[in-house]
Amino acid sequence: MTPTTTARSLPGSGEERRHLIVAIVNNKPGVLNRVASLMRARNFNIESLAVSVTERSDTSRMTLTIVGDEVHVEQAAKQLYKLIDVLKVQDVTDESIVEHEFALIKVRATKRSRPEIVSVAEMHRAKVVDLGDEAVIVEAVGDPTEIDTLVELLREFGIKELVRTGSVVMSRGSGSIEEQVKR
Amino acid sequence: MLIAGAERELLELARAAQIPITWTLLGIGVIDETDPLAYGYMGMHGWKHVNRAIQSADLLIGIGMRFDDRVTGNVRTYAPKATIAHIDIDPAEIGKNVVADLPIVGDAKHVLDALLPLVTKVDPAARADYFAELATWRTESEGSSWHGSGGFRDGVLSADFVVDRIAAGSNFDANLTADVGQNQMWVARYGKFRRANSHLSSGGLGTMGFALPAAMGAAIATPDKVSWAIAGDGGFQMTLQELATIVQERIPVKIALMDNKKLGMIRQWQEIVYAGNYHSEELAGPDYLKLCDAYGLPAWKVAKPEEVDSAVAAALAADGPALIWFEIAERQNVYPMMPAGKGLSDLIDKWGDDGEDVTEGASGPRVDPTDPQSGGAK
Repeated sequence: MTPTTTARSLPGSGEERRHLIVAIVNNKPGVLNRVASLMRARNFNIESLAVSVTERSDTSRMTLTIVGDEVHVEQAAKQLYKLIDVLKVQDVTDESIVEHEFALIKVRATKRSRPEIVSVAEMHRAKVVDLGDEAVIVEAVGDPTEIDTLVELLREFGIKELVRTGSVVMSRGSGSIEEQVKR
Repeated sequence: MLIAGAERELLELARAAQIPITWTLLGIGVIDETDPLAYGYMGMHGWKHVNRAIQSADLLIGIGMRFDDRVTGNVRTYAPKATIAHIDIDPAEIGKNVVADLPIVGDAKHVLDALLPLVTKVDPAARADYFAELATWRTESEGSSWHGSGGFRDGVLSADFVVDRIAAGSNFDANLTADVGQNQMWVARYGKFRRANSHLSSGGLGTMGFALPAAMGAAIATPDKVSWAIAGDGGFQMTLQELATIVQERIPVKIALMDNKKLGMIRQWQEIVYAGNYHSEELAGPDYLKLCDAYGLPAWKVAKPEEVDSAVAAALAADGPALIWFEIAERQNVYPMMPAGKGLSDLIDKWGDDGEDVTEGASGPRVDPTDPQSGGAK
């Protein structure tokens, strides 16, 4: 019927990468569920999610990391913004930001390996916060990739338990996402 | 478009630039279907000529539509030559399903109002060749797509004929509410709508049982219009408890029950997509005359084409609510059909249940439902 021409390109490059989304939301029950449901409906796996109250007690700040191409992530952000309780959404992946994560790592230890573990931790600006007979707990704060590196190094001693909070971010300079919220 | 109330602006734009208008399921009624610029219903069960026009277009202006899969089919092969201008009030719709070459976010009425002064008037003569080609396609497509009439070969009742007679019998001025499934597509294709918001459908929500309560709402909201609920037997049985409300409140809903004793669209997919592996598509259903009698609702049963017009007239003449039980062809499919994953150029098109293909432009055994000579009503 129609002469063959080049196929219409689909939205998005298909090149997936990690995105950081910040959402300012109303601080009330059910909001997290709505956000999470929407991400599920869009078939996003939430890699990490950090939520806490902001400087104003009536709003919370969510920091999500999700993996997807630019159009799919933009879709997620636009759909999030359609939720009544979501006041502001920003993809800050390519912004100038400080990104930090907190981790606690329980590492198998013996009398012999303990000093080595402590020195690995100190080399990575991590702290030992608990010293036991068979394990030590290392506390690390910083860029998630630095924590990744530390985890890799500690893995050879044997990691018994690992917990990470997920990234929280803040833009550098005087800009404030909270001040951009239209009230 | 309909929520924005931008029908007048749309027509002005179409007339100024001489652009044919096609519509989605929820866009039905945005233009009088008899208008020379009204070209038809698009998509999976849309008219072939409409989809052909979309596939051949060099510019598509999508207003308030979301380019969903029932409209585009395989996006890779959708409107391959077209630049797409997309106007929508919701920024999340822009670039969601298709890449918009020209994205415009705003209320359809406001956007069109702003656009109109910028449009250079096109002389209809300059576009005469294009419109002549469109007219040829339409003639071909309507000749090969009036598939339901296949049912008349056996003297059984065809659903598209019923919808056509209901629309005509109500002077093309009634509200028609559709349920979900084959009946919904027959209403969309054959309802011949002339007025904005006279077609009510649950659209992408796919809520079976929608037709009856929607018609009740329409009847109350527009007491000067006739409101028809057109439902299949599957959907009707999901909300038929509302007959009590209809009788109790004397809501003047006219109900056209299209009974094929099936979940017809389920059966159609099982036939075409799942190689005839039928499962759970049969419905027993009650004796609807006894049911209506129990509620005190006047009702008629129609099984022959020649009884349709008189039953429609009787239902319309009834003071208050009424129901017509149409025993339609049990295995009639909605054609054409675009199988999932295929493109708008891959519509399948065949007669009834016998698997006989009627390819584009072929002169199949077209049966005039009112002409006994051609095998129609006897």
